[in-house]
Amino acid sequence: MKALLIARLTVLEALRRRLLWALVILTLVVVGLTGLGFNLVVDSARDRGVRELELIVGVSQLLILVAFMFSFVLAITAAFLGAPAIATDLDSGVLLAIVARPIRRADIVLGKWLGLSAIVLGYSLASGLLETTVVRWITGYGPPDPLAASLYLGAQAIVLLTVALLFSTRLPAIAGGAVAVVLFGVSWMTGVLASVATALGLDEVASTMDATRFIVPLDGLWRGTIFALEPSAALVILSGGGPDLETQGPFHALGGPEPTFLLYVAIWLAVVLGLAVFSFARREV
Amino acid sequence: MPSATDASDIALETVALTKRYGRTVALDGLSMRVRRGEVFGFLGPNGAGKTTAVKVLLGLAEPTAGSGTLLGAPLGDRDARARVGYLPELFRYQAWLTARDVLGLHADLAGLPRHDRGMSIDEALHAVGLADRGDDRVGTFSKGMQQRLGLGVALLGRPELVFLDEPTSALDPLGRQDVRAIIHGLRERGTTVFLNSHLLGEVERVCDEVAIVDHGRVVAAGPLDELLGAATVRLRVSGLADPASTLAPFGTVVEDPPWIAVRGCPADRVPDLVAAVVAAGGRIYAVDAGRETLEERFIELLGRSES
Repeated sequence: MKALLIARLTVLEALRRRLLWALVILTLVVVGLTGLGFNLVVDSARDRGVRELELIVGVSQLLILVAFMFSFVLAITAAFLGAPAIATDLDSGVLLAIVARPIRRADIVLGKWLGLSAIVLGYSLASGLLETTVVRWITGYGPPDPLAASLYLGAQAIVLLTVALLFSTRLPAIAGGAVAVVLFGVSWMTGVLASVATALGLDEVASTMDATRFIVPLDGLWRGTIFALEPSAALVILSGGGPDLETQGPFHALGGPEPTFLLYVAIWLAVVLGLAVFSFARREV
Repeated sequence: MPSATDASDIALETVALTKRYGRTVALDGLSMRVRRGEVFGFLGPNGAGKTTAVKVLLGLAEPTAGSGTLLGAPLGDRDARARVGYLPELFRYQAWLTARDVLGLHADLAGLPRHDRGMSIDEALHAVGLADRGDDRVGTFSKGMQQRLGLGVALLGRPELVFLDEPTSALDPLGRQDVRAIIHGLRERGTTVFLNSHLLGEVERVCDEVAIVDHGRVVAAGPLDELLGAATVRLRVSGLADPASTLAPFGTVVEDPPWIAVRGCPADRVPDLVAAVVAAGGRIYAVDAGRETLEERFIELLGRSES
């Protein structure tokens, strides 16, 4: 299958252009620094006699903040990997010699998507599992499902990557990348606004915001990351008083994504990827 | 222009191929036919539609109207592309790959059998003079070396038809000579070559058939010999009282001081012509037995197509 050939080429490019090495070094630095931070916080809290349950809640919230930073890094990485994937190769003439071969345009788009998805998913798994392992080692707190948290982070990156790839079939790389990053920001803000509206009992606003969260389904996946990182004890404490601003904020979740939502995300990915294939197939080079 | 020929003998054919980009007409009813095994020169000034024609033939752009076939299949057929090599005019290969990697990638894309892969890559590297640079990254190559690599990619796996779009544009004189040798080699092997060029000397040296294209349509086509017209003898002579009447028996006389051209004088009559000039008291300083150059013919045809 020629899509796998293109996927392999895409991963090879990331390796030879030292992108993967840059990500690995960056991750090690971030994990090292955050580990140091966690160590300081936990030592200082224990010295002051903070209760263990409160400490767990505090560490989990810090971990979610670190996950948000990783989510942002992954979003930027996904946008700037996806946006030039087709556009830059078309502009430079690299794709001209390839499309003249007996290869379907769909194989080129699918291959790029597979290769880039493997990169962001691999990165999110490696960095997520490493970070949670280090935190568990330093603080003694292990989140309920670090693998799921890392997978949700990776899925967010794949969602954004897929949008960026669609833009890449028509827009210059800079424009596509900028639009993808803006979509990430808007999606996150929409999620926050929906939470606030729910907490304030503004049902109409909340349902409108909820609907817009489905346009680019990043927020639902982000809540999956949070839910997989929160301790059950914290859930009991935080959810005890019913939904309010504190429980519905951007760094709290009362439950993971429903299977129907995950199915929706899979269909959404297939549709956007299909649009990217359609768009590139109709593009003259 | 198309005429009755066995279909299996045709490498490519177009009938009234038209391509418009908005109001711009890139191809305006392009009709041509290229037989298998010939070196076909596709000549035209910049912006004549040459590269657009190649892209439409390869299925990289959709024609607005008209039709065509490539190696017996409709334009855009994917399987036919497996038997075609293509050197684009403006291209780049992945700077982070080695020359051998690039050829390996294209061998896989073209679906070359695994057992032939290594041999085909070595053969292509050798053919374009990059045998000792195969393991170097493309990013370290000069423009001329990249063009050689592009040529190697086009020749990979011995395709039946090779499109070369301005293949010598980045090459020095030695490189151009190498390309001519490669094209001659392809002809001997029976490979059809579609040479897209605005370098007339290039085309004149290697092509069997030529089509001259302007404003997206063929203004003249045929064997190079026919296209260049009659042989012409040019003389630098003094002492001839009436050059026109002395030289008229040998062809049409055109005086272009200090030269006199006799159009339509075949090479085997040149000794007689020289004898006639000497007999009439003329003193000969130079004799150039040749023919109208492709450049002269090109300018004449394009001038006619403009008017």
